[in-house]
Amino acid sequence: MSTRVQLEIFEGPLDLLLHLIKKNEVSITDIPIATITEQYLATLDLMQTFNLDVAGEFLVMAATLIHIKSRELLPGGDEEPDEEEGVDPRAELVRRLLEYQRYKEAAAELEQREVLTRDVFVRASPPVEEAGPREFREVSVFELLGALKRVIDRLPKDIAHEVTLEKITVREKMTMLLDQLRHQSRVLFESLFAEVKSRLEIVVTFLAMLELVKVRAIRISQDQPGGEIVIEAAAGMEEAAELVVLDEAEEKQDGA
Amino acid sequence: MERDEIKSIIESLLFVADGPQTLQRIGEALDQADRQTIQGVLAELQAEYEGQNRGVRLVEVAGGYQLRTAKANADWVKKFLGGRPARMGKATLETLAIVAYRQPITKAEVEAIRGVDVDGVITTLLERNLIRAVARKDVPGRPFLYGTTPEFLQLFNLKDLSHLPTLKEMEEISLPEIPGEVFPVDHLDES
Repeated sequence: MSTRVQLEIFEGPLDLLLHLIKKNEVSITDIPIATITEQYLATLDLMQTFNLDVAGEFLVMAATLIHIKSRELLPGGDEEPDEEEGVDPRAELVRRLLEYQRYKEAAAELEQREVLTRDVFVRASPPVEEAGPREFREVSVFELLGALKRVIDRLPKDIAHEVTLEKITVREKMTMLLDQLRHQSRVLFESLFAEVKSRLEIVVTFLAMLELVKVRAIRISQDQPGGEIVIEAAAGMEEAAELVVLDEAEEKQDGA
Repeated sequence: MERDEIKSIIESLLFVADGPQTLQRIGEALDQADRQTIQGVLAELQAEYEGQNRGVRLVEVAGGYQLRTAKANADWVKKFLGGRPARMGKATLETLAIVAYRQPITKAEVEAIRGVDVDGVITTLLERNLIRAVARKDVPGRPFLYGTTPEFLQLFNLKDLSHLPTLKEMEEISLPEIPGEVFPVDHLDES
């Protein structure tokens, strides 16, 4: 033989009261206060037995119910409104129950509608371009070469000789570019070459950039065909950078 | 443009659209077609999907038009998509209903109706973008006033707030005097 205990989870004291009112098949405006109070307190006991957290609101309501009950035990107690208390606690409780029930019903009606992702579905949003808020496109090799040519064309043509042989390596340029990207998340392709004075340095810079793309340290994109070419740090930039710096250190050792 | 052409284009646009599209937006996308034609075409599309009992329906929701799956196929779509949709608890739903019908409303006012603390629930609703703070109430403490969002309308397939299910009237409230002790069995005057 087993005892079946059915204990619903009540959203609050009003929810519990409505449940009891329904269970006893009485009207909200006609609550048999003694019966309901007794059942209400019994439920609180049960909740405590099951170690359910009985919130303070439940206890406040218990006090209210007992208060109403005691008032009605007094002869003629409810014939005239109590001047001291202003509102009749029973009328106030009825008003709150009615109002709460109204929204409870409204909630139930909402739930019966065609709920999105339960009853009806919409097409999944297309995967957003991983370039972030602005929509960027990949840059083609030809566009890169075109951009490089523009940079080279900007060099003053009238230099007859290159006297000094700059000892700048691709690796050094890579490190420089990585440093730059740590300080500013985006660098314009054109600005890479702003300080560059020789053809050789342009080529070295360009190769450094390509090398970084290859090791997936950076990403190159463009917001529209023919638009500005933007260099950004890729997700794995730091890991890739470590490898690059390591190589550089080795190279220096070798050279020394 | 031929009417059939317009209809075909609109169908394509609604297919790719992210979220409900307003008449205005559809009109702009079509450059020239007048509002009346578009509205007529949309109604035709709607009727076609419905009439042919198609798997996709054109619904008016959150001030715009959107293609949605037919309700009858819900279980299949759910199974296909895998993943479990976030179910809305009773507390969340009730709080949302109160905000929807009484907006703009403060947290304290919602709590007065529900009889419990709604802190956590309000946070959840804000996170799910179903409600938002719309203003501050001019009372001590200047608490936020909350209202529902277009996402709320989308969630419950509502065209706009005026299409919320009608609230039951509270005529019983005026019922004045309450008898003393009553025995349940004699009083089955359910409202």
